[in-house]
Amino acid sequence: MEIVRSQRRNGSDGSGSSASLPLYKSAPSLEFRLEEFGQYAIDRLRVLQAISDGLSRGKKPEEMENLVSEQWRANMKHQDADKTLRKDIISHFVLRLVYCREEEMRRWFLSMETALFRYRFRLQNAEAQKSIMNELQLQYNVLGNAEYETIKDKLTEAARSVNFTSNPEAVFYKVPFEDVPELVASRRVFILKGFAFVPRNQVVSLVCTIFRSNISKALALTNRKWRAMIQDQEKDRIAPMVEALGNVYLGPDYSKPKDCAEISLKDINQLASTSFPLCMRHLFGKLREDHHLKHQGRMQLGLFLKGVGLKLEDALAFWRAEFSQKVGAERFDKEYAYSIRHNYGKEGKRTDYTPYSCQKIIMSTPSTGDHHGCPYRHFSEENLRAALNKMGVGGRAMDDIMDKVRNRHYQLACTLTFEATHGTSCETGINHPNQYFVESRKFFESKNKHSQPTA
Amino acid sequence: MTKEKEEHREDPMQIDSNRVPTGSLLTDYLRIYYGKFFPYTDMFKWLAYGNDGKHPGCDSSYFGRREFSFTIKSDRDEVYLRFQSFFNASEMETSIKAKCPTKIDIGAVYTVDPAKRHAYAQSGFNPIERELVFDIDISDYDDVRYCCSGADTCLNCWPLMTIAIKVIDTALREDFGFSHILWVYSGRRGVHCWVCDSRARRLSKEQRSAIADYFHVYKGGENSLKKVTFSGPLHPFLARAYTDALKNEFEKWVSTQKLFEHEERFHKILQLIPDESVVSELAEKWQGNSVRWEHLKHMLQSGSKKTQGLRRCIEEIVFSYTYPRLDIQVTKGMNHLLKAPFCVHPGTGRICIPIDPKKCEEFDPTSVPTVAQLIEELNANASIGADNYVEKTSLAASVHLFRTCFLEPLIKTCKDELENAYNTMMQQTKDSLNW
Repeated sequence: MEIVRSQRRNGSDGSGSSASLPLYKSAPSLEFRLEEFGQYAIDRLRVLQAISDGLSRGKKPEEMENLVSEQWRANMKHQDADKTLRKDIISHFVLRLVYCREEEMRRWFLSMETALFRYRFRLQNAEAQKSIMNELQLQYNVLGNAEYETIKDKLTEAARSVNFTSNPEAVFYKVPFEDVPELVASRRVFILKGFAFVPRNQVVSLVCTIFRSNISKALALTNRKWRAMIQDQEKDRIAPMVEALGNVYLGPDYSKPKDCAEISLKDINQLASTSFPLCMRHLFGKLREDHHLKHQGRMQLGLFLKGVGLKLEDALAFWRAEFSQKVGAERFDKEYAYSIRHNYGKEGKRTDYTPYSCQKIIMSTPSTGDHHGCPYRHFSEENLRAALNKMGVGGRAMDDIMDKVRNRHYQLACTLTFEATHGTSCETGINHPNQYFVESRKFFESKNKHSQPTA
Repeated sequence: MTKEKEEHREDPMQIDSNRVPTGSLLTDYLRIYYGKFFPYTDMFKWLAYGNDGKHPGCDSSYFGRREFSFTIKSDRDEVYLRFQSFFNASEMETSIKAKCPTKIDIGAVYTVDPAKRHAYAQSGFNPIERELVFDIDISDYDDVRYCCSGADTCLNCWPLMTIAIKVIDTALREDFGFSHILWVYSGRRGVHCWVCDSRARRLSKEQRSAIADYFHVYKGGENSLKKVTFSGPLHPFLARAYTDALKNEFEKWVSTQKLFEHEERFHKILQLIPDESVVSELAEKWQGNSVRWEHLKHMLQSGSKKTQGLRRCIEEIVFSYTYPRLDIQVTKGMNHLLKAPFCVHPGTGRICIPIDPKKCEEFDPTSVPTVAQLIEELNANASIGADNYVEKTSLAASVHLFRTCFLEPLIKTCKDELENAYNTMMQQTKDSLNW
């Protein structure tokens, strides 16, 4: 439900005019100091990371609004509105430099900046929103009376399916459906003959699509400029800072396991039962049981195993041993081996794919015949309890976990599972299945060390 | 000589039209099929979208930038050739006849000729146009059909595909405004849909994703229980699907699949009801009672139970059983390769013929012509010295349908678009030359 709260808040950024929510159309001709370069970027990054966290916990729009408002106030806001705006613009453009350099970074930055813009937009008053829409050159047709009359019933029907007790909206925008993909995807608008009829209270979606598309193009351009000249020109000044900033919050991506973390096939069963997170345990178990997994399941488990240190030859042997029991070794070699090599960057455009993070797994959409996804999100309560039972979780811990699940805190639920099965607390929280594995191995290794008999 | 060896040596023109050909027999049949039956010119006209070189506004590179892929099977091996491309219909025909693929897939139109992609930087080779496509397999409904499973289908369960065609075709035309839509039988257990309007071809990945999600109602993997949940009034699209198609089809399904006559079958339905008291009351009353579905409906609709989640329970049950189950990933990607119409399905020998969405209830998958049958008809026609003997086979009706319902209207639209674009460009050039 996206209601624009134009009465309750009067522009928490101080002014209420569109000057307080910039569109970042062009790099500012401002002068600032090198220290500001780094500090401003880090402050903004905190906000973006908090948004990322909030989204992966499935926070509702109102909760996200609060989160953004608090984070912005804590990290970015200055008493002087002009100074806030200056920091806002500078930090955005610095982060553009940092995050334009790799595709995954661009995608993350784009999503978080769009989310930040979305919730800040919602917090603006009606005047400010209107002036932003004009700045984006939205010449959208407001739905005329005659046409409105012919589809009035359907508009009401659609509105009620989104927000069951809504009052009828007066103003609608008629736009090509291509301009509001999120509203179409979630069936929040009525569409007819290729047009979407966007009620005033959903206009945020429209504005954000345009914002996103503009930033996306800008990122691509920045990337080219960076590679072509800036990186070289600034190699003693800005470039090292940009590199450092790029490593700050994304954390390890587990694509290149350390040498000592290699695992061998004979250990894999044992490791699965002690150190795999539930999502991977489930996929592993299904693979052993059915001697088959569908594509997304193979991707999720396969990349995880790569991150855990399974070498390509061992991976091929592992998958062949399972699949050949169902489809035969020959068919395995013909149809499945290629994509395993592809995951390791040995085929096609030779991208070395990174194992999926929790956020990505939680957002996936398993379908008929699939076993991938996040069990805390995608399993029915009954199936989840059964799966956790098999891991040895019960009693109080089970209740706590279920409670987290009901509140959609899937990663917290997984963290509690870790704590219950290892008998130790996990301070950092689980963000990545490979992190679960690494923490688990660390725990068991230190346990073994301590239990070594002394000479 | 063993029987096997005899079969290997037999004359491919002496055929048993009931047998599904495999191995070298399949290759022989394919050779004849590609020699006499495959409609090269029609396929070219379709995929050229008006760029046939006859109008000055044509892009003569367009057809050549389309990716095709061939699957070529021999006795021992299966080879998969991607990034095939052809300059025109004649080159395509020559290549198909020479290679005799068991399957032809159609991919996207790229920025440059796929066969020459290595000459360009990686960033210069991207898909820019691609039809909006859908793939529906009846094996995704195995948990709700009891007459068949896996790759099999019969006239009892095929109606699921009919429903899918109706619901999606209506939405594509009414809601999204598309009109050039081709439905094709996939040859064994499902249907494919190709939306060919230029607006559809130019959709980005994100927009395709949005459309796929619009249709995504049946959600959940093997481990979730309830795949359809409606928390409030239905969106107009869903309400229309329910009223115009799903509601009545479910009534029929109840009877053809005997959903309420067997305990495991109605137990599955009871599992979808989020109220223990309702479930146990029904389970008790149903010992020996046969009018169960009416009873269930009455109980859930009477509104006497105030439990949250019961208001839409009937719709949830109906949708769970009958709503189209798409392979979402096929629709979302821009370079997903999809089997071409008029291919021969190697598992069944059947031709992947078009289906008229307006008459989809009449489509019978069990009577689709097979390659063996077509060759037999060809022989019969030849032996009586008939002219145009291909046009007197069962395939003629399908080619005719392809042309009249799909190709001709499409070409007309494409020509109009080309003409308009060309005129606009000429006008702009004229304008810019004026001082």
